[in-house]
Amino acid sequence: MDTATVTEVETKTIPIFVMGKKYEVPDTLTIMKALEYAGYQYIRGCGCRGGICGACATVYRKAGDYKIYTGLACQTVVEPEMYLAQIPFYPANRASYDFETLDATPESIFKLYPELFRCVACNACTKVCPMDVEVMDYVSALKRGDIKAAAELSFDCIQCGLCASRCMGEMAQYHIAQLARRLYGGKLAPKAEHLRKMCDDIEAGTFDNAMAEVKTLGEDEMKKIYTEREMEPAMSEEGWTPASSAGLA
Amino acid sequence: MKIAYYPGCTMKTRAASLELAALEALNVLGVDFTELQRWNCCGAVFSLAEDDLIHHVAPVRNLVRAQQEGCDTVVTICSQCYNTLARANLLVRGDSEKLDTINRFMDEEPDYDGGIEVIHYLTLLRDHVGWDALKSKVVRPLDGLKVAPFYGCTLLRPDEVSIDPLKEGVLEDFLRALGAEPVPFAAATECCGYYQMLAHPEEGMQRAAKVIGSANQAGADALVLSCPLCEYNLGTRQSEVVAMGEQLEPVPTLYFTQLLGIALGLEPDLYRLDLAGPAARDLLVEKNFVAAATV
Repeated sequence: MDTATVTEVETKTIPIFVMGKKYEVPDTLTIMKALEYAGYQYIRGCGCRGGICGACATVYRKAGDYKIYTGLACQTVVEPEMYLAQIPFYPANRASYDFETLDATPESIFKLYPELFRCVACNACTKVCPMDVEVMDYVSALKRGDIKAAAELSFDCIQCGLCASRCMGEMAQYHIAQLARRLYGGKLAPKAEHLRKMCDDIEAGTFDNAMAEVKTLGEDEMKKIYTEREMEPAMSEEGWTPASSAGLA
Repeated sequence: MKIAYYPGCTMKTRAASLELAALEALNVLGVDFTELQRWNCCGAVFSLAEDDLIHHVAPVRNLVRAQQEGCDTVVTICSQCYNTLARANLLVRGDSEKLDTINRFMDEEPDYDGGIEVIHYLTLLRDHVGWDALKSKVVRPLDGLKVAPFYGCTLLRPDEVSIDPLKEGVLEDFLRALGAEPVPFAAATECCGYYQMLAHPEEGMQRAAKVIGSANQAGADALVLSCPLCEYNLGTRQSEVVAMGEQLEPVPTLYFTQLLGIALGLEPDLYRLDLAGPAARDLLVEKNFVAAATV
Protein backbone atom coordinates (compact mmCIF):
# COMPACT_ATOMS: atom_id res chain seq x y z
CA MET A 1 0.00 0.00 0.00
CA ASP A 2 1.32 3.40 -0.99
CA THR A 3 0.58 5.46 2.12
CA ALA A 4 2.00 8.60 0.47
CA THR A 5 -1.01 8.63 -1.88
CA VAL A 6 -3.33 8.62 1.12
CA THR A 7 -1.67 11.57 2.84
CA GLU A 8 -1.76 13.53 -0.43
CA VAL A 9 -5.58 13.64 -0.29
CA GLU A 10 -5.32 14.73 3.33
CA THR A 11 -7.11 11.79 4.86
CA LYS A 12 -6.67 11.68 8.58
CA THR A 13 -5.69 8.37 10.14
CA ILE A 14 -7.16 7.03 13.33
CA PRO A 15 -6.15 4.20 15.64
CA ILE A 16 -8.30 1.05 15.66
CA PHE A 17 -7.69 -2.30 17.35
CA VAL A 18 -8.20 -5.46 15.32
CA MET A 19 -8.31 -8.53 17.53
CA GLY A 20 -6.30 -6.58 20.09
CA LYS A 21 -3.61 -5.21 17.78
CA LYS A 22 -3.41 -1.49 17.04
CA TYR A 23 -3.45 -0.12 13.49
CA GLU A 24 -3.56 3.41 12.09
CA VAL A 25 -6.13 3.52 9.30
CA PRO A 26 -7.73 6.30 7.24
CA ASP A 27 -10.87 7.53 9.00
CA THR A 28 -13.04 7.34 5.89
CA LEU A 29 -12.77 3.59 5.41
CA THR A 30 -15.32 0.95 6.22
CA ILE A 31 -14.24 -1.72 8.67
CA MET A 32 -13.78 -4.11 5.79
CA LYS A 33 -11.51 -1.77 3.84
CA ALA A 34 -9.65 -0.79 7.00
CA LEU A 35 -8.82 -4.43 7.67
CA GLU A 36 -7.54 -4.81 4.12
CA TYR A 37 -5.59 -1.57 4.51
CA ALA A 38 -4.04 -3.02 7.65
CA GLY A 39 -2.90 -6.06 5.68
CA TYR A 40 -5.60 -8.64 6.32
CA GLN A 41 -6.86 -10.70 3.44
CA TYR A 42 -10.41 -12.00 3.46
CA ILE A 43 -10.85 -15.69 2.92
CA ARG A 44 -14.14 -15.89 4.84
CA GLY A 45 -16.27 -13.21 6.47
CA CYS A 46 -16.68 -11.26 3.25
CA GLY A 47 -19.29 -11.64 0.55
CA CYS A 48 -21.22 -9.10 -1.46
CA ARG A 49 -19.58 -5.94 -0.04
CA GLY A 50 -22.99 -4.34 -0.47
CA GLY A 51 -24.71 -4.87 2.89
CA ILE A 52 -26.96 -7.68 1.69
CA CYS A 53 -25.32 -11.09 2.12
CA GLY A 54 -24.68 -11.04 5.87
CA ALA A 55 -21.24 -12.63 5.65
CA CYS A 56 -19.27 -9.84 7.34
CA ALA A 57 -20.90 -9.51 10.75
CA THR A 58 -18.61 -7.57 13.06
CA VAL A 59 -18.69 -6.94 16.80
CA TYR A 60 -16.89 -4.05 18.37
CA ARG A 61 -16.59 -1.93 21.46
CA LYS A 62 -15.63 1.68 21.97
CA ALA A 63 -13.18 2.98 24.55
CA GLY A 64 -14.88 3.81 27.87
CA ASP A 65 -18.21 2.29 26.88
CA TYR A 66 -19.58 -0.99 28.28
CA LYS A 67 -21.93 -1.59 25.36
CA ILE A 68 -21.33 -4.09 22.62
CA TYR A 69 -21.82 -2.74 19.10
CA THR A 70 -22.34 -4.62 15.87
CA GLY A 71 -22.38 -3.88 12.20
CA LEU A 72 -21.65 -5.26 8.79
CA ALA A 73 -17.96 -4.66 8.09
CA CYS A 74 -18.71 -3.57 4.53
CA GLN A 75 -21.19 -0.88 5.69
CA THR A 76 -19.77 0.46 8.94
CA VAL A 77 -17.22 3.27 8.91
CA VAL A 78 -14.33 3.00 11.38
CA GLU A 79 -14.25 5.11 14.54
CA PRO A 80 -11.23 6.05 16.67
CA GLU A 81 -10.33 3.56 19.42
CA MET A 82 -12.70 0.92 18.07
CA TYR A 83 -11.96 -2.58 19.31
CA LEU A 84 -13.22 -5.07 16.77
CA ALA A 85 -13.29 -8.63 15.53
CA GLN A 86 -15.23 -10.24 12.76
CA ILE A 87 -17.46 -13.24 13.26
CA PRO A 88 -17.23 -15.04 9.92
CA PHE A 89 -19.19 -18.02 11.21
CA TYR A 90 -21.15 -18.82 14.33
CA PRO A 91 -22.27 -22.41 14.96
CA ALA A 92 -26.04 -22.67 14.64
CA ASN A 93 -27.91 -25.91 14.08
CA ARG A 94 -30.48 -25.93 11.36
CA ALA A 95 -33.18 -28.57 11.61
CA SER A 96 -33.64 -30.76 8.57
CA TYR A 97 -37.14 -31.27 7.24
CA ASP A 98 -39.02 -32.25 4.12
CA PHE A 99 -40.75 -29.03 3.18
CA GLU A 100 -43.26 -30.72 0.88
CA THR A 101 -44.72 -32.84 3.66
CA LEU A 102 -44.36 -30.32 6.47
CA ASP A 103 -47.65 -28.93 7.84
CA ALA A 104 -47.77 -25.14 7.95
CA THR A 105 -48.70 -25.15 11.64
CA PRO A 106 -47.01 -23.68 14.70
CA GLU A 107 -46.59 -27.24 16.01
CA SER A 108 -44.30 -28.09 13.06
CA ILE A 109 -41.99 -25.28 14.13
CA PHE A 110 -42.23 -26.18 17.83
CA LYS A 111 -41.27 -29.77 17.06
CA LEU A 112 -38.25 -28.87 14.91
CA TYR A 113 -37.08 -26.05 17.18
CA PRO A 114 -38.32 -26.72 20.75
CA GLU A 115 -35.57 -24.40 22.04
CA LEU A 116 -37.83 -21.55 20.88
CA PHE A 117 -39.42 -21.75 24.33
CA ARG A 118 -36.13 -21.00 26.05
CA CYS A 119 -36.57 -17.30 25.20
CA VAL A 120 -36.68 -15.12 28.31
CA ALA A 121 -37.42 -11.91 26.36
CA CYS A 122 -34.02 -10.42 27.25
CA ASN A 123 -33.99 -8.78 23.78
CA ALA A 124 -30.22 -9.17 23.32
CA CYS A 125 -30.93 -10.54 19.82
CA THR A 126 -32.82 -7.42 18.75
CA LYS A 127 -30.16 -5.14 20.22
CA VAL A 128 -27.38 -6.88 18.33
CA CYS A 129 -29.10 -7.15 14.94
CA PRO A 130 -27.22 -5.08 12.32
CA MET A 131 -30.38 -5.00 10.17
CA ASP A 132 -32.61 -3.65 12.97
CA VAL A 133 -34.84 -6.71 12.84
CA GLU A 134 -37.02 -7.05 15.93
CA VAL A 135 -35.75 -10.54 16.57
CA MET A 136 -37.25 -11.03 20.03
CA ASP A 137 -40.63 -9.91 18.70
CA TYR A 138 -40.61 -12.53 15.94
CA VAL A 139 -39.56 -15.18 18.47
CA SER A 140 -42.52 -14.03 20.60
CA ALA A 141 -44.81 -14.18 17.58
CA LEU A 142 -43.75 -17.77 16.90
CA LYS A 143 -44.30 -18.81 20.50
CA ARG A 144 -47.91 -17.71 20.09
CA GLY A 145 -48.14 -19.49 16.73
CA ASP A 146 -48.28 -16.40 14.52
CA ILE A 147 -46.22 -17.57 11.53
CA LYS A 148 -47.34 -14.65 9.35
CA ALA A 149 -46.17 -12.04 11.87
CA ALA A 150 -42.85 -13.85 12.30
CA ALA A 151 -42.33 -14.00 8.53
CA GLU A 152 -43.06 -10.29 8.17
CA LEU A 153 -41.00 -9.19 11.18
CA SER A 154 -37.98 -11.22 10.05
CA PHE A 155 -38.17 -10.17 6.39
CA ASP A 156 -34.98 -8.06 6.48
CA CYS A 157 -32.90 -10.83 8.09
CA ILE A 158 -29.67 -11.53 6.21
CA GLN A 159 -28.77 -14.55 8.35
CA CYS A 160 -25.50 -13.17 9.70
CA GLY A 161 -25.98 -15.14 12.92
CA LEU A 162 -25.22 -12.40 15.44
CA CYS A 163 -28.59 -13.01 17.16
CA ALA A 164 -27.60 -16.63 17.78
CA SER A 165 -24.27 -15.51 19.19
CA ARG A 166 -26.02 -13.49 21.91
CA CYS A 167 -28.98 -15.72 22.79
CA MET A 168 -29.41 -16.68 26.45
CA GLY A 169 -31.68 -19.50 25.34
CA GLU A 170 -28.97 -20.72 22.95
CA MET A 171 -31.32 -20.90 19.99
CA ALA A 172 -30.49 -20.05 16.39
CA GLN A 173 -33.28 -17.55 15.85
CA TYR A 174 -32.54 -16.87 12.22
CA HIS A 175 -32.95 -20.51 11.16
CA ILE A 176 -36.32 -20.63 12.91
CA ALA A 177 -37.38 -17.42 11.17
CA GLN A 178 -36.29 -18.84 7.82
CA LEU A 179 -38.59 -21.81 8.39
CA ALA A 180 -41.41 -19.41 9.28
CA ARG A 181 -40.86 -17.44 6.05
CA ARG A 182 -40.74 -20.63 4.01
CA LEU A 183 -43.98 -21.92 5.53
CA TYR A 184 -45.67 -18.56 5.12
CA GLY A 185 -44.50 -17.91 1.58
CA GLY A 186 -44.90 -21.48 0.37
CA LYS A 187 -48.04 -22.63 2.16
CA LEU A 188 -49.93 -19.84 3.93
CA ALA A 189 -49.78 -16.62 1.91
CA PRO A 190 -52.44 -16.28 -0.79
CA LYS A 191 -51.18 -17.45 -4.17
CA ALA A 192 -50.81 -14.92 -7.02
CA GLU A 193 -53.69 -15.91 -9.30
CA HIS A 194 -52.37 -14.00 -12.31
CA LEU A 195 -49.05 -15.83 -12.05
CA ARG A 196 -50.78 -19.20 -11.92
CA LYS A 197 -52.85 -18.29 -14.98
CA MET A 198 -49.76 -17.19 -16.90
CA CYS A 199 -47.98 -20.45 -16.04
CA ASP A 200 -51.03 -22.40 -17.21
CA ASP A 201 -51.07 -20.41 -20.45
CA ILE A 202 -47.40 -21.12 -21.07
CA GLU A 203 -47.84 -24.82 -20.38
CA ALA A 204 -50.90 -24.92 -22.63
CA GLY A 205 -48.73 -23.71 -25.51
CA THR A 206 -50.39 -20.29 -25.90
CA PHE A 207 -47.09 -18.66 -26.76
CA ASP A 208 -45.53 -21.48 -28.78
CA ASN A 209 -46.34 -19.93 -32.16
CA ALA A 210 -45.14 -16.48 -31.16
CA MET A 211 -41.93 -17.99 -29.83
CA ALA A 212 -41.36 -20.02 -33.01
CA GLU A 213 -41.84 -16.82 -35.00
CA VAL A 214 -39.31 -14.91 -32.92
CA LYS A 215 -36.76 -17.69 -33.48
CA THR A 216 -36.93 -17.16 -37.26
CA LEU A 217 -36.05 -13.43 -36.98
CA GLY A 218 -32.65 -12.00 -37.86
CA GLU A 219 -30.56 -9.93 -35.49
CA ASP A 220 -31.75 -6.55 -36.78
CA GLU A 221 -35.41 -7.44 -36.62
CA MET A 222 -34.90 -8.80 -33.13
CA LYS A 223 -33.23 -5.57 -31.98
CA LYS A 224 -36.06 -3.54 -33.52
CA ILE A 225 -38.72 -5.51 -31.66
CA TYR A 226 -36.74 -5.20 -28.45
CA THR A 227 -36.13 -1.45 -28.59
CA GLU A 228 -39.65 -0.62 -29.78
CA ARG A 229 -41.44 -2.77 -27.23
CA GLU A 230 -43.94 -1.04 -25.02
CA MET A 231 -42.78 -0.67 -21.42
CA GLU A 232 -44.67 0.31 -18.32
CA PRO A 233 -43.44 3.78 -17.30
CA ALA A 234 -41.59 3.83 -13.98
CA MET A 235 -44.15 6.13 -12.33
CA SER A 236 -47.28 4.73 -13.94
CA GLU A 237 -50.64 4.67 -12.21
CA GLU A 238 -52.05 1.55 -10.58
CA GLY A 239 -54.42 0.81 -13.46
CA TRP A 240 -51.85 0.98 -16.28
CA THR A 241 -52.42 -1.48 -19.13
CA PRO A 242 -50.42 -1.91 -22.32
CA ALA A 243 -51.86 -0.34 -25.50
CA SER A 244 -51.43 -3.61 -27.34
CA SER A 245 -52.21 -7.05 -25.98
CA ALA A 246 -50.41 -8.79 -28.84
CA GLY A 247 -48.87 -12.03 -27.64
CA LEU A 248 -50.96 -12.12 -24.47
CA ALA A 249 -53.54 -14.82 -24.05
CA MET B 1 -59.15 3.49 33.90
CA LYS B 2 -57.55 2.66 30.56
CA ILE B 3 -57.42 -1.08 30.04
CA ALA B 4 -54.88 -3.02 28.00
CA TYR B 5 -55.77 -6.63 27.31
CA TYR B 6 -52.72 -8.90 27.51
CA PRO B 7 -53.53 -12.15 25.67
CA GLY B 8 -50.72 -14.66 26.37
CA CYS B 9 -49.39 -17.18 23.88
CA THR B 10 -51.80 -20.07 24.42
CA MET B 11 -54.81 -17.82 23.91
CA LYS B 12 -53.75 -17.39 20.31
CA THR B 13 -53.36 -21.10 19.63
CA ARG B 14 -54.92 -23.94 21.63
CA ALA B 15 -56.96 -21.82 24.02
CA ALA B 16 -58.80 -19.63 21.51
CA SER B 17 -61.93 -20.99 23.22
CA LEU B 18 -60.84 -19.20 26.40
CA GLU B 19 -60.30 -15.87 24.68
CA LEU B 20 -62.76 -15.06 21.91
CA ALA B 21 -66.06 -15.05 23.80
CA ALA B 22 -64.47 -13.13 26.68
CA LEU B 23 -63.42 -10.28 24.41
CA GLU B 24 -66.79 -10.02 22.68
CA ALA B 25 -68.45 -10.13 26.11
CA LEU B 26 -66.56 -6.97 27.08
CA ASN B 27 -68.09 -5.24 24.07
CA VAL B 28 -71.55 -6.44 25.09
CA LEU B 29 -70.92 -5.26 28.65
CA GLY B 30 -69.69 -1.86 27.48
CA VAL B 31 -66.11 -2.18 28.75
CA ASP B 32 -63.55 -0.20 26.72
CA PHE B 33 -60.23 -1.93 26.21
CA THR B 34 -57.41 -2.23 23.70
CA GLU B 35 -55.50 -5.39 22.97
CA LEU B 36 -51.76 -4.82 23.37
CA GLN B 37 -50.18 -4.33 19.94
CA ARG B 38 -46.80 -5.61 20.99
CA TRP B 39 -46.22 -8.23 23.67
CA ASN B 40 -44.11 -11.25 24.52
CA CYS B 41 -44.59 -14.38 26.61
CA CYS B 42 -45.57 -13.47 30.20
CA GLY B 43 -42.66 -15.52 31.48
CA ALA B 44 -44.91 -18.57 32.06
CA VAL B 45 -43.79 -19.16 35.64
CA PHE B 46 -42.92 -16.63 38.34
CA SER B 47 -39.36 -17.32 39.42
CA LEU B 48 -38.96 -17.68 43.17
CA ALA B 49 -35.17 -17.49 43.16
CA GLU B 50 -33.98 -14.42 45.04
CA ASP B 51 -31.37 -13.39 42.48
CA ASP B 52 -33.05 -14.54 39.28
CA LEU B 53 -34.03 -11.15 37.90
CA ILE B 54 -33.65 -12.18 34.26
CA HIS B 55 -36.85 -14.23 34.51
CA HIS B 56 -38.77 -11.12 35.53
CA VAL B 57 -37.69 -9.24 32.43
CA ALA B 58 -40.39 -10.83 30.26
CA PRO B 59 -43.35 -9.86 32.48
CA VAL B 60 -41.97 -6.37 33.23
CA ARG B 61 -41.38 -5.75 29.53
CA ASN B 62 -45.08 -6.42 28.94
CA LEU B 63 -45.94 -3.86 31.62
CA VAL B 64 -43.69 -1.37 29.79
CA ARG B 65 -45.66 -2.08 26.60
CA ALA B 66 -48.93 -1.29 28.39
CA GLN B 67 -47.38 1.89 29.76
CA GLN B 68 -46.20 2.82 26.23
CA GLU B 69 -49.77 2.44 24.97
CA GLY B 70 -50.97 4.88 27.61
CA CYS B 71 -52.80 2.30 29.71
CA ASP B 72 -52.97 2.05 33.50
CA THR B 73 -54.49 -1.43 33.81
CA VAL B 74 -53.57 -4.78 32.30
CA VAL B 75 -56.26 -7.44 32.22
CA THR B 76 -55.58 -11.12 31.48
CA ILE B 77 -57.93 -14.03 30.96
CA CYS B 78 -55.40 -16.83 31.38
CA SER B 79 -54.92 -17.29 35.12
CA GLN B 80 -51.30 -18.39 34.71
CA CYS B 81 -50.41 -15.18 32.84
CA TYR B 82 -52.28 -13.26 35.52
CA ASN B 83 -50.21 -14.84 38.25
CA THR B 84 -46.87 -14.27 36.52
CA LEU B 85 -47.56 -10.65 35.55
CA ALA B 86 -49.17 -9.70 38.88
CA ARG B 87 -46.35 -11.18 40.95
CA ALA B 88 -43.62 -9.60 38.85
CA ASN B 89 -45.46 -6.29 39.18
CA LEU B 90 -45.70 -6.72 42.93
CA LEU B 91 -42.01 -7.57 43.14
CA VAL B 92 -40.73 -4.50 41.29
CA ARG B 93 -43.24 -2.14 42.92
CA GLY B 94 -42.04 -3.23 46.31
CA ASP B 95 -38.33 -3.27 45.57
CA SER B 96 -37.01 -0.13 43.87
CA GLU B 97 -33.54 -1.59 43.62
CA LYS B 98 -34.73 -4.58 41.62
CA LEU B 99 -36.91 -2.35 39.47
CA ASP B 100 -33.91 -0.14 38.81
CA THR B 101 -31.75 -3.12 37.88
CA ILE B 102 -34.36 -4.41 35.44
CA ASN B 103 -34.89 -0.95 33.96
CA ARG B 104 -31.15 -0.51 33.45
CA PHE B 105 -30.93 -3.94 31.83
CA MET B 106 -33.75 -3.05 29.43
CA ASP B 107 -31.92 0.11 28.39
CA GLU B 108 -33.60 0.03 24.97
CA GLU B 109 -37.04 0.55 26.57
CA PRO B 110 -38.55 3.40 28.57
CA ASP B 111 -38.32 2.76 32.31
CA TYR B 112 -41.22 0.96 33.94
CA ASP B 113 -42.65 3.34 36.52
CA GLY B 114 -44.63 0.76 38.49
CA GLY B 115 -47.89 2.44 37.54
CA ILE B 116 -49.73 -0.49 35.97
CA GLU B 117 -52.40 -2.47 37.82
CA VAL B 118 -52.59 -6.12 36.76
CA ILE B 119 -56.04 -7.62 37.15
CA HIS B 120 -57.78 -10.80 36.11
CA TYR B 121 -60.86 -10.85 33.89
CA LEU B 122 -63.05 -12.07 36.76
CA THR B 123 -61.90 -9.11 38.86
CA LEU B 124 -62.87 -6.80 36.02
CA LEU B 125 -66.35 -8.35 35.88
CA ARG B 126 -66.81 -8.21 39.65
CA ASP B 127 -65.40 -4.76 40.42
CA HIS B 128 -65.99 -2.78 37.25
CA VAL B 129 -69.03 -4.38 35.64
CA GLY B 130 -70.79 -5.92 38.63
CA TRP B 131 -72.74 -9.17 38.87
CA ASP B 132 -76.12 -7.44 38.52
CA ALA B 133 -75.06 -5.73 35.31
CA LEU B 134 -73.72 -9.02 34.00
CA LYS B 135 -76.94 -10.79 34.95
CA SER B 136 -78.99 -8.18 33.12
CA LYS B 137 -77.20 -9.02 29.86
CA VAL B 138 -77.78 -12.78 30.13
CA VAL B 139 -80.13 -13.94 27.40
CA ARG B 140 -79.78 -17.68 27.89
CA PRO B 141 -79.57 -18.43 31.64
CA LEU B 142 -77.76 -21.69 32.38
CA ASP B 143 -80.62 -22.97 34.52
CA GLY B 144 -80.06 -26.34 36.10
CA LEU B 145 -76.39 -26.60 35.13
CA LYS B 146 -74.42 -27.84 38.11
CA VAL B 147 -70.87 -26.57 37.84
CA ALA B 148 -67.79 -27.35 39.89
CA PRO B 149 -65.82 -24.07 39.99
CA PHE B 150 -62.13 -24.87 39.76
CA TYR B 151 -59.78 -22.10 40.83
CA GLY B 152 -56.58 -24.12 40.89
CA CYS B 153 -53.58 -22.33 42.32
CA THR B 154 -52.80 -19.30 40.25
CA LEU B 155 -55.95 -17.22 40.82
CA LEU B 156 -55.62 -17.42 44.59
CA ARG B 157 -52.02 -18.01 45.57
CA PRO B 158 -50.08 -16.35 47.00
CA ASP B 159 -52.50 -14.18 49.03
CA GLU B 160 -50.93 -10.95 47.76
CA VAL B 161 -52.21 -11.58 44.23
CA SER B 162 -55.39 -13.51 45.07
CA ILE B 163 -58.34 -12.32 42.99
CA ASP B 164 -60.58 -13.31 45.90
CA PRO B 165 -58.77 -12.19 49.07
CA LEU B 166 -61.97 -12.17 51.15
CA LYS B 167 -62.89 -15.65 49.91
CA GLU B 168 -66.30 -14.47 48.75
CA GLY B 169 -66.37 -16.99 45.92
CA VAL B 170 -65.80 -14.87 42.82
CA LEU B 171 -66.16 -17.82 40.45
CA GLU B 172 -69.32 -18.98 42.23
CA ASP B 173 -70.81 -15.47 42.00
CA PHE B 174 -69.91 -15.35 38.32
CA LEU B 175 -71.65 -18.69 37.68
CA ARG B 176 -74.74 -17.59 39.60
CA ALA B 177 -74.94 -14.41 37.50
CA LEU B 178 -75.10 -16.67 34.43
CA GLY B 179 -77.92 -18.68 36.03
CA ALA B 180 -75.79 -21.77 36.67
CA GLU B 181 -75.58 -23.56 39.99
CA PRO B 182 -72.10 -23.76 41.55
CA VAL B 183 -71.82 -26.94 43.60
CA PRO B 184 -69.75 -27.21 46.80
CA PHE B 185 -66.52 -28.69 45.54
CA ALA B 186 -63.80 -29.75 47.96
CA ALA B 187 -60.94 -29.69 45.43
CA ALA B 188 -61.75 -26.22 44.09
CA THR B 189 -58.40 -24.80 45.12
CA GLU B 190 -56.23 -27.90 44.70
CA CYS B 191 -53.40 -28.19 42.20
CA CYS B 192 -54.36 -29.66 38.80
CA GLY B 193 -50.98 -31.39 38.43
CA TYR B 194 -49.31 -28.34 36.84
CA TYR B 195 -46.18 -28.97 34.75
CA GLN B 196 -45.58 -32.10 36.84
CA MET B 197 -47.97 -33.83 34.44
CA LEU B 198 -45.05 -33.90 31.99
CA ALA B 199 -42.04 -33.98 34.32
CA HIS B 200 -43.43 -36.48 36.85
CA PRO B 201 -46.55 -37.94 35.21
CA GLU B 202 -47.53 -40.22 38.09
CA GLU B 203 -47.63 -37.45 40.67
CA GLY B 204 -49.32 -35.16 38.17
CA MET B 205 -52.02 -37.74 37.43
CA GLN B 206 -52.69 -38.24 41.14
CA ARG B 207 -53.29 -34.52 41.55
CA ALA B 208 -55.64 -34.44 38.57
CA ALA B 209 -57.45 -37.56 39.84
CA LYS B 210 -58.16 -35.84 43.13
CA VAL B 211 -59.84 -32.97 41.33
CA ILE B 212 -61.90 -35.22 39.03
CA GLY B 213 -62.95 -37.38 42.01
CA SER B 214 -64.04 -34.34 43.96
CA ALA B 215 -66.09 -33.06 41.01
CA ASN B 216 -67.74 -36.50 40.81
CA GLN B 217 -68.62 -36.39 44.52
CA ALA B 218 -70.05 -32.90 44.16
CA GLY B 219 -72.41 -34.20 41.51
CA ALA B 220 -71.16 -31.65 39.00
CA ASP B 221 -72.38 -31.70 35.40
CA ALA B 222 -69.21 -29.89 34.38
CA LEU B 223 -65.89 -28.62 35.68
CA VAL B 224 -65.22 -24.98 34.88
CA LEU B 225 -61.64 -23.75 34.35
CA SER B 226 -59.72 -20.52 33.77
CA CYS B 227 -56.32 -21.82 32.69
CA PRO B 228 -55.06 -23.65 29.58
CA LEU B 229 -52.69 -25.76 31.67
CA CYS B 230 -55.55 -26.87 33.97
CA GLU B 231 -57.49 -27.69 30.79
CA TYR B 232 -54.61 -29.78 29.49
CA ASN B 233 -54.33 -31.76 32.73
CA LEU B 234 -58.02 -32.08 33.57
CA GLY B 235 -59.49 -32.03 30.06
CA THR B 236 -57.10 -33.21 27.35
CA ARG B 237 -55.53 -35.85 29.62
CA GLN B 238 -58.73 -36.70 31.48
CA SER B 239 -59.35 -40.12 29.92
CA GLU B 240 -55.92 -41.26 31.16
CA VAL B 241 -56.60 -39.81 34.60
CA VAL B 242 -60.00 -41.49 34.84
CA ALA B 243 -58.54 -44.80 33.65
CA MET B 244 -55.93 -44.86 36.41
CA GLY B 245 -58.15 -43.81 39.31
CA GLU B 246 -60.62 -46.08 41.02
CA GLN B 247 -64.27 -45.14 40.74
CA LEU B 248 -63.63 -42.04 38.71
CA GLU B 249 -66.22 -40.86 36.23
CA PRO B 250 -65.54 -38.56 33.30
CA VAL B 251 -66.68 -34.96 33.78
CA PRO B 252 -66.96 -32.45 30.93
CA THR B 253 -64.58 -29.47 31.20
CA LEU B 254 -65.35 -25.96 29.96
CA TYR B 255 -63.67 -22.58 30.26
CA PHE B 256 -65.61 -20.05 32.31
CA THR B 257 -65.62 -17.78 29.28
CA GLN B 258 -67.33 -20.42 27.13
CA LEU B 259 -70.23 -20.43 29.60
CA LEU B 260 -70.17 -16.62 29.51
CA GLY B 261 -70.42 -16.65 25.72
CA ILE B 262 -73.34 -19.07 25.75
CA ALA B 263 -75.24 -17.17 28.47
CA LEU B 264 -74.79 -13.85 26.66
CA GLY B 265 -76.07 -15.41 23.44
CA LEU B 266 -72.85 -14.80 21.49
CA GLU B 267 -72.12 -16.45 18.16
CA PRO B 268 -71.04 -20.10 18.55
CA ASP B 269 -67.82 -19.48 16.65
CA LEU B 270 -66.75 -17.29 19.57
CA TYR B 271 -67.07 -19.92 22.28
CA ARG B 272 -65.48 -22.55 20.07
CA LEU B 273 -67.03 -25.74 21.39
CA ASP B 274 -65.11 -27.51 18.64
CA LEU B 275 -62.06 -27.09 20.90
CA ALA B 276 -63.90 -28.57 23.90
CA GLY B 277 -64.29 -32.32 24.39
CA PRO B 278 -67.30 -34.21 22.95
CA ALA B 279 -68.67 -34.72 26.48
CA ALA B 280 -68.93 -30.97 27.00
CA ARG B 281 -70.72 -30.52 23.68
CA ASP B 282 -73.17 -33.35 24.44
CA LEU B 283 -73.91 -31.86 27.86
CA LEU B 284 -74.70 -28.41 26.47
CA VAL B 285 -76.91 -29.83 23.73
CA GLU B 286 -78.69 -32.12 26.18
CA LYS B 287 -79.37 -29.17 28.51
CA ASN B 288 -80.60 -27.22 25.52
CA PHE B 289 -78.12 -24.37 25.98
CA VAL B 290 -76.78 -24.72 22.47
CA ALA B 291 -78.36 -26.09 19.30
CA ALA B 292 -76.97 -29.43 18.15
CA ALA B 293 -76.35 -27.94 14.71
CA THR B 294 -73.88 -25.39 16.06
CA VAL B 295 -71.46 -27.80 17.73
